[in-house]
Amino acid sequence: MRRLAVAFLTLGALTGGGVPASGAGPGPGALGEEPTRGAPPLADDRRILHVLNRLALGPRPGDLERVRAVGVDAWIERQLHPETIADAATERALATLASLRLSIPEALRDYPRPEPKLREKLQAGQLTRQEMMELYPPEKRPFRITAELQAAKMLRAVESERQLQEVMVDFWFNHFNVFAAKGDVRWYVAAYERDVIRPNALGRFPDLVRASARHPAMLFYLDNWLSARPDFTVPAGGPKGGRKAGLNENYARELMELHTLGVDGGYTQADVTEVARAFTGWSIDRPQTEGRFAFRPRMHDTGEKVVLGHRIPAGGGQDDGERVLAILTHHPATARFIATKLVRRFVADTPPPPLVERVAATYLSTDGDVRAMLRTIVAAPEFVSAEAYRAKVKTPFEFVASAVRALGATVDAQGAFDLARASAEIGEPLYQAQPPTGYPDRAEAWVNSGALLARMNFALALARSRYPRVAVDPGSLVTGADPRSPDAVLDRLLAALVAGQASAETRAVLTGELTNPQITRLTAEDRGPASTDVATLAALVLGSPEFQRR
Amino acid sequence: MNRRTFLRCGACALVALGGPPRFLVRTAAATAARGKVLVAVFQRGAVDGLSMVVPHGDPAYAAARQTIALRPPKRGEADRAVDLDGFFALHPGLAPLVPLWESRSLAIVHACGSPDTTRSHFDAQDYMESGSPGVKSTPDGWLARAVKGLPQPKASPFRAVALGPILPRALQGDVGAVAMASLDRFDVRAGDTGARGGFEALYARSVSDLLSGTGRETLEAVKMLRSADAARIPPANGALYPRGPFGESMRQIAQLIKANIGLEVAFADMQGWDTHVGQGAEQGQLAARLREFGGALAAFAQDLGDRMADVVVLTMSEFGRTVVENGNRGTDHGHATAMLALGGGVRGGRVYGRWPGLAREQRFEGRDLAVTTDFRTLFGEVARSHLGVPTAPLFPGWTPSRPPLGLFA
Repeated sequence: MRRLAVAFLTLGALTGGGVPASGAGPGPGALGEEPTRGAPPLADDRRILHVLNRLALGPRPGDLERVRAVGVDAWIERQLHPETIADAATERALATLASLRLSIPEALRDYPRPEPKLREKLQAGQLTRQEMMELYPPEKRPFRITAELQAAKMLRAVESERQLQEVMVDFWFNHFNVFAAKGDVRWYVAAYERDVIRPNALGRFPDLVRASARHPAMLFYLDNWLSARPDFTVPAGGPKGGRKAGLNENYARELMELHTLGVDGGYTQADVTEVARAFTGWSIDRPQTEGRFAFRPRMHDTGEKVVLGHRIPAGGGQDDGERVLAILTHHPATARFIATKLVRRFVADTPPPPLVERVAATYLSTDGDVRAMLRTIVAAPEFVSAEAYRAKVKTPFEFVASAVRALGATVDAQGAFDLARASAEIGEPLYQAQPPTGYPDRAEAWVNSGALLARMNFALALARSRYPRVAVDPGSLVTGADPRSPDAVLDRLLAALVAGQASAETRAVLTGELTNPQITRLTAEDRGPASTDVATLAALVLGSPEFQRR
Repeated sequence: MNRRTFLRCGACALVALGGPPRFLVRTAAATAARGKVLVAVFQRGAVDGLSMVVPHGDPAYAAARQTIALRPPKRGEADRAVDLDGFFALHPGLAPLVPLWESRSLAIVHACGSPDTTRSHFDAQDYMESGSPGVKSTPDGWLARAVKGLPQPKASPFRAVALGPILPRALQGDVGAVAMASLDRFDVRAGDTGARGGFEALYARSVSDLLSGTGRETLEAVKMLRSADAARIPPANGALYPRGPFGESMRQIAQLIKANIGLEVAFADMQGWDTHVGQGAEQGQLAARLREFGGALAAFAQDLGDRMADVVVLTMSEFGRTVVENGNRGTDHGHATAMLALGGGVRGGRVYGRWPGLAREQRFEGRDLAVTTDFRTLFGEVARSHLGVPTAPLFPGWTPSRPPLGLFA
C-alpha cells in the first residue's frame, strides 16, 4: 500500500506541482504504472522538458505543468513575443541596480575614473589598487557597473518570465561580443546590451548589425573609432595632436568573420581593407565624457571601394559603411552563418546541415527575421529528435541559472551577485569574454576538470544553503513524501529536479547512496527510522552528468 | 667587434669551456622515467624587455630614457644592473637569476615577439596564446596542440595544468587540461565523504562521453592529488618563494612536479607589467614586479634542484614597450621584448637573437624595438627539443623562414 502511495505522490509531483492530484491530472490508466521508475516518459512531457531546457534556462518546479496547461506551441508563441508577458516582479527586483538605467554620459559621470594623480601614485607603487579604490565609495567605483550588469543577467535568467528573451540576449551578446574590461567599454557595456541587443533579440538580424556597428561599445572594442584614412594626421591642439593615425582593420575583419559572413564566407583580405576604408570616420564623440557615435568626415576615406564585387562610388561619407552593412546582411553566406549558429544553440553542437539550409532559407525570405528562424527550428523534426535530447552541455551561466531554477529558489539582486561569482568560478565570468568570438557554444569549451569540480561544489553549496542570499529549501521539493522512505524522497526529488528523467544508472547510484549512513541520517526525534539528507541528494542530482546537459 | 661576432665568440667559448651543468649529468639516468615538464609563464600587460634585460652596450639606450634608463653595470656596486656579456645586463630585481645564468641554465632571447603589429593587449595575448598571429578564429591554443603531440598517448589527468580559475587560451582545446585556482581547492568541498563518493559513483556509472569521461578523470585526479598529498609538499633546498600570486603559482607547480603525478605542461601568469606611468629604474614600480618575478623563478629552480634537468620554464609577454620614455616617466605599448628559457637542456649563459639596435632608424615604425625572432621560433624550439613534440601543428600556416636559435644542444 505504501508503495502505491509513493507512486501516486511521484506522479503528483510530475504532473500537478505542489498539491498532489490537483489540476490537470494524468490520463486514465497512468495511475497503475510507475511512471518515473525506468518507464519511458510521456513523449509530450519529454518535449516540454526539452523546450524548457532549450528555449528557457531550465524548468522551475511546476513549469512542466504550466506549459502543459497552455499547450507547448502556445507557450513558445508567447515567448516569441516577450512584450506580451508580464514581468513586473523581475523589473522591481532590478530596481536596486542603478547603473542599468544610466545613459553613457551619466555612467561616465556617476562612476568616475580614479583621478590622474591617484593613478600616478598607484603606478609609482605609493598606493595599492585596493587603497586607491577604497578612497571611493563602493557604489561609485567603475567596477560596479560590470558587477551590476552581471547580477542583472543572473537575476533575469532565474526570475524573468521572458525566458526566451534572456536566452536570445545571451546568444546575441556573445555573437556581437564586447569585452567589458577593455578601456572605456566598461562605461558603455550596460547601454550596449540594453539599447542594442535586448530590443532586437527577437527582431531582425540586420537591425542588430546596424545598431552594434554604431554603438560606442563596439566602436571602442574593435578599435574602429581610431580608424582613419591612411594619410590622416590628428589635428593640432588636442592631446594627440600631430600624431599620425591610419587604417585599423580590426572591426572590418570581425564584422565579416564573426558578425555576418563567417570565416568561410568568401571574402578576401582585399575585402577586409575595403570594408575598413568604408568605415573610416565611424568614431566616438568625447569617449570619456559623452561617449556618443560620431561620424568624422575628416578621418573618412572618400575614395571608391569595391566590397565583394559591389562598387561603392567615390565621394561617400557615413553612408559608405551603411552600404557595406546592407551588402553583408543580404549575403547568402550570412544567412547560412547565422542559421548555423542558431541551430548550434538550439539543436546540437554539430548542426544538421538540412536544418541549417532551411533556417538559412527563412533568413533570406524574411530579411533575417529572428522569430521566423526560431519557428523554423522548433518546428523541425531535428529539434525534437532523440539525438537532440540532452545533447547540449550547459554553459556555466546556463548551469547556474538552471540549478537555481530547478530548486525553486528565489533570488534578489544581492543574491544575484553571488550567482554571477559562481558562474565565474565555473569558468564564465559574465561580460568578460576577451576575444570577439564571445563565449563558445560547444561542449569541449566548458568540460574540463577544474570546471566540473566547480560545478559539483556549486551544487553542494547551493543545495546546502551556503549562499545566504539565495533562498533555497530542498525539503519543500519533497513535501508530502514519507521522510522515513528514502525511495519516496528520491522519486519526489527526481521528479522535481529533472522531471523524473534520470538515467537508470543515475537512479541506481542514488538509490545506493540512500544506504550511505552519511546521507541517510538518523533523526534525533525517534532514533529509529532514517531520515534523508535531502540537500545532499539534491546536490548530487544537480552535479550529475544529466543535469550538466540541456 | 660588432654584436654578432661577439655573440659567436661567446658561444665558442662556452662550448670550449663547459659541459652541461652538473645537474644534467647527475640525473641523466633518472630523467627518462620521470618525463619532461614545460612551464609556460605569461607576463600579462607587456613587460618592458629593455629594462628587464638592459642593452647597456647600445649607444642609443640611455639617451632614449631620461629618467627610467638603468645605469650601466658596475662590478661590486649594489643596486646596479648585473652585466651578462658586456652588452646586456639583468635588471637588479632579477639578481636571483644570476647564478642560473652563470651555471648556464638560463638563456635569454631578446628582440623576440610577434610578426603581428597590433598594440592591443588583448589581441596580442590572443595571438600569442593561439599561436596564430593575425588570426582570431583559431579554436585552440598552441600549448594544447603541444599536449596533443606529446609522445605518451595515455596520460595522467594532471598532464596539462594551468594555475588560475579559468583555462588560459593557450591550453584551450580538446586535451583535458586542468585549470585550478589552487591545489587546496581542487577537491569536492563537501566536509564529508558522502557527497564525494556519490559524485564518483554517478560519473563512474554513466555512459561514456566527453562529459562523464572528464568527470571520471576529474574525480580520479582529486583522489590522486589527495593521496599524493601534493598540497603539503614543502619547498625543498631552502627555497623561499616571494609572497604574491605568482610565487604561489610557481610553488604549486613545483609541488605538482615533485608529487610525480604526471605533469607535462604547466601554465602560470603574472599581471602588472603595463607601466605607462612612473615605471621606475633600479627601484620603483617595475623593479618591484621584477623582484617578485625573478624571485619566484629562482625559488622554483632551487626548490626543484636536480629535477630542473627535466623542466624548462619559458617566459613570454604579448609585446614590449616603446624605446623612448613617454611624458609620464613610463613607456607605451611597443613591439619586441625579451623572453627567458630556464632549465632542462637549455644552453644558457647566452643572449640569443639578432640585436636590431635602438637608434631611431633601426626601430620598428620609428618607435619600438624591432622583432628579429618570431616568438614561434622560440616556442617551437622548446616544444620540439624539450618535449619531443612535432612543431608543424603548433603554429598553423607558418613555416619558419630562419634557422633555429640553437637553444638546445
